[in-house]
Amino acid sequence: MNAPLRRVAISVLVLFTLLIINVNIIQVVRSESLRQNDRNTRVLAETYDRERGSIIVDGTEVAMSVPTDGRLTYLRTYPQGPLYAPVTGYHSLIYGNTKLEDAMDDVLSGEDDRLFVRRIADLFTGRDPAGGDVVLTLDPAVQAAAMAGLEGRTGAVVALDPDTGAILGMASTPTYDPGLLASHDPEAIRTAMEAITAQDPDPRVNRAIEDNYQVGSLFKVIVAAAALEDGLTPETVVPAPRELPLPNSSRVIPNFGGSACSPSGEQSLIDALTISCNTAFAQLGIDLGEEAVRDMAEAFGLDDEGLDIPLDVARSTVGDIIDDAALAQTSIGQRDVRMTVLQAALVAATVANDGVQMTPYLVDELRAPDLSVLDETDPEVLREPISAEVADQLTEMMVSVVARGSGRAARLPGMEVAGKTGTAQVRPDVPDHNWFMGFAPADDPQIAVAVFIANGGSTGGDLSAPIAGDVMAAYFEGQGG
Amino acid sequence: MAAPVVDPRAAAADTPTRRGTEAALLAFAVLITVVAQMIVDLTVTGALRPEMAGFSVWITALWVVAHLVVRKWASYADPLLLPAVALLVGLGLAVIHRLDLAAGQVGSTVTREDAPVQLIWATLGVALFVAVLVVVRDHRTLSRFAYTLALLGIVLLALPAFLPASISEVNGAKIWIRVAGFSIQPGEFAKICLVVFFAAYLVDKRDVLALASKKVAGLELPRGRDLGPVLLAWVLSILVLVFERDLGSSLLLFGIFVVMLYVATERASWLFIGLTLFAGGALISYQIFGHVRARVDTWLDPFAYIDGAGYQLVQSLFGLGTGGLFGAGLGGGRPDQVPIAKSDFIAAAVGEELGLFGLVAVIVVYLILVERGLRSSLVVRDAFGKLLAAGLAFAVAWQVFVVLGGVTGLLPLTGLTTPFLAYGGSSLVANFVLVALLMRISDAARRPATPHATPQRLGDAPTEVVRP
Repeated sequence: MNAPLRRVAISVLVLFTLLIINVNIIQVVRSESLRQNDRNTRVLAETYDRERGSIIVDGTEVAMSVPTDGRLTYLRTYPQGPLYAPVTGYHSLIYGNTKLEDAMDDVLSGEDDRLFVRRIADLFTGRDPAGGDVVLTLDPAVQAAAMAGLEGRTGAVVALDPDTGAILGMASTPTYDPGLLASHDPEAIRTAMEAITAQDPDPRVNRAIEDNYQVGSLFKVIVAAAALEDGLTPETVVPAPRELPLPNSSRVIPNFGGSACSPSGEQSLIDALTISCNTAFAQLGIDLGEEAVRDMAEAFGLDDEGLDIPLDVARSTVGDIIDDAALAQTSIGQRDVRMTVLQAALVAATVANDGVQMTPYLVDELRAPDLSVLDETDPEVLREPISAEVADQLTEMMVSVVARGSGRAARLPGMEVAGKTGTAQVRPDVPDHNWFMGFAPADDPQIAVAVFIANGGSTGGDLSAPIAGDVMAAYFEGQGG
Repeated sequence: MAAPVVDPRAAAADTPTRRGTEAALLAFAVLITVVAQMIVDLTVTGALRPEMAGFSVWITALWVVAHLVVRKWASYADPLLLPAVALLVGLGLAVIHRLDLAAGQVGSTVTREDAPVQLIWATLGVALFVAVLVVVRDHRTLSRFAYTLALLGIVLLALPAFLPASISEVNGAKIWIRVAGFSIQPGEFAKICLVVFFAAYLVDKRDVLALASKKVAGLELPRGRDLGPVLLAWVLSILVLVFERDLGSSLLLFGIFVVMLYVATERASWLFIGLTLFAGGALISYQIFGHVRARVDTWLDPFAYIDGAGYQLVQSLFGLGTGGLFGAGLGGGRPDQVPIAKSDFIAAAVGEELGLFGLVAVIVVYLILVERGLRSSLVVRDAFGKLLAAGLAFAVAWQVFVVLGGVTGLLPLTGLTTPFLAYGGSSLVANFVLVALLMRISDAARRPATPHATPQRLGDAPTEVVRP
């Protein structure tokens, strides 16, 4: 029996070698990917033993970790959860981190290199390691007004400080309460997540930056900018027929509601923008040529990659322009023109800031657990698409839009507001998107706003302009003025 | 036996007993056991338990008693078997205690304390170990009870299937008998009874079974009528699979039987027949039984079923991966996130906290245990002892392979326990009995032949070097 016994002994050796090879593969080769897997909550669970830093808006914590009676664990709480959810995201035992909780995780969890020295000190002093705080640029009054304005609708609002690029408000609806996903009870977390994912549209999407939409007439500001750079003035008279036959096509571009822009079939550039005349801008786009229109759009930041605020921002696009008919449609913001709500706010802010586009940012400063400042964001110039002179002319035209044209609902008492409305056709069978972008006060701009209502089915002037007015008013009230 | 076995040590009447080696290794195992407990407490709670002293004394006493009994009643037994067991049991106690401490943590699946109970079971295990060594002075006496044991084994195996599910079913497998708060897995004891029976039966019948009748494709196939016992074992395994939904025991029993048959008859054709039957059975079960199909699908892509059947395996892989080379340290990881970490998935806890090195060390300790058992089988002189030792040693090897393969995703999950390491009274006590039998056989193997032993044939004597 010894020969088969020896073979059995060798076979056992082989089987155990297989086991050892397999655990080597898991614990060495696949180790990193298993560790990094989104569903592996082990690394996340470790962070519950440490005081995670807070996310702070205007001195108030909007995300914070509070000690619980449970063993060495902290509970992540969101005192005004739904109001800031589009920005904070959640920190969940089961579902990991999203939005700023994810983007700023190194600082919040204390892993950031800037906290290294302190971590070493913690080792020696036996102090419990803690994470750093992230202070945001948001203005609570602006955020609250934006969310209140969007209530009950699907949409987004972005408000910027045109001088610095600091984001004053970033709202997106529908929203949710991230606190429900940050509890310590896995079952409750799963139930809450099921309730959230069952909703349509998805509340977890930040519509201000994660998706781009048809902008309609907002794009006319960019075409106007190209025309002004080309030497036209706001008073230059341009053709504005009742309808514009598209070149090499049987179709025509009508004006909104099929009305005429002017009895004479032509009008000044400023009037064309004021009443948002489609035929005038379609013809203007054709006259300027594809290159001029595209270059100006790209100068404002369309078709560019990689804004990181530090949340990832989707691309805004001009799209393909195959012929003059396509160019005409593009010039009034139809066809493939898409912008994020942040991009629309940036366009308004650029006009407000004398043609200088500042890099938008959400994080104002980082603080160590002892409240010393680790890092501060310095405003940076991102692009300079237009001259100060053109910016002034555009401001004048956009003031006219709010004072006398389609944007009247955004007017504020005691100051001039500049803006542009947009009503964008999405598909024949769904309601239009409604837009407004603008800034105030026109002579010394302090806030630029973009408001987007998805499939509102009305016009930008009726639906979005009033929200923009409320947001700006809330800002000035908050500033004590 | 095919050839007369030669005892190479017949001349050496002063064979070392190696009990000193065993004592030293046991001391090391005790040290590891106690230190591991201390590390767990210090890491998790930051202080030592007052019970620590009592625990240390208890554990030490346990192995001292076992060692003394071996000294007296099995003095020539292999010196590595008992320390290997002591190390595994000690490590298991530390890991179970560590998991106990995780009860109530966020995301923890641990709900109750089991380490103290496991210590009681270990004590009972050592008591049975002692009893076996004292009562069974010669393993050959066991062969007289072969058919009784066979009946007992089958009854034990089949019992849960006939009991109402309220008594016998846990997590979908009907393999338990739950009485007065105690859960017993009779299958663990049935395993030993059946191995003893297989050994006795095969020694009896091996000449018949080894008869070839015809050659097919280079394989000498046995006569059809001799296929009976194999088919019976196979049917028995299938019945276990069907009525108790216990993939593991079914695979374990059939594997042990086929290997013993091969060792007894020295015919590879039995392996081939066994594999064919197994493959057929596996294929048919895959087609017919939803629970088998679910197991296999989950094994192929656990991440696709991460929220359902694959959750446990994925958590296990996360634990192992996060542990990496050196592990998170005892008490430093989150092995409690893996459901049933104390029994089925204890290897995942070891891998997460002691890392690749710790887990491979455990695998190597098992390997030592098994290979030492097989070595006894090689050396022991009687055919029954040979086959019994081979069956018992292979049973441990096969069980370890199937379980560890399952929790590391090498094989589909089967739900067997990890011998000596995992929480579970039946498994622990039964495996102590198994090791006691191995010790008894290895004692017989290494014991110097009495002067009246059969004289050697001159031709088999080792060539002596002629020194000038």
